[in-house]
Amino acid sequence: MSEGILDKIDQLVKSKDVVLFMKGTPEMPQCGFSQQVVQVLNVHGVAFTAVNILLDPEVRQGIKDYSNWPTIPQLYIKGEFIGGCDIVTEMHGNGELAALLAPLLAS
Amino acid sequence: MTIPTPDELRTLVQAHIADAEVDVRLYSGDDHFEMVVTSALFVGKSRVAQHQMVYAALGDHMRAAVHALALKTSVPNEN
Repeated sequence: MSEGILDKIDQLVKSKDVVLFMKGTPEMPQCGFSQQVVQVLNVHGVAFTAVNILLDPEVRQGIKDYSNWPTIPQLYIKGEFIGGCDIVTEMHGNGELAALLAPLLAS
Repeated sequence: MTIPTPDELRTLVQAHIADAEVDVRLYSGDDHFEMVVTSALFVGKSRVAQHQMVYAALGDHMRAAVHALALKTSVPNEN
């Protein structure tokens, strides 16, 4: 797995406010957990960059190495790994996600 | 790679997180698990770090057999 892929991922997550690595696309999610995170982000009305890892096996493995997290989806806000479906859903439920997204929605 | 049983997953977690209280159940089909792990070792750790500890404990079982694990972690008497 080339060093390049980790750099490519690193640059992407640091160049966009909100990045979601998912299976499928926001319009056509291919996995229930990915769909759930898309729905949560849509509830907050925040714009996000979606990366369909099904199209690129190198990204699919690279992202798991980058974050030391074994599953997809993976949400990144301001370059920081926030979590997968469980954590994002939990944070959505307890208001932590809204607080994290507030500055992005205000601008 | 056979699908692990809830008890196998509990044993795996407790082998790495000694004081862990593990409530694990199967739901919707035979490869989706719901697991709640409570441990004092989580205190002061971010939620991501807590989950990574559980994933590390599950090791290969996590990657191969368990397609999706709905995981929740908490510290003892958090609520």
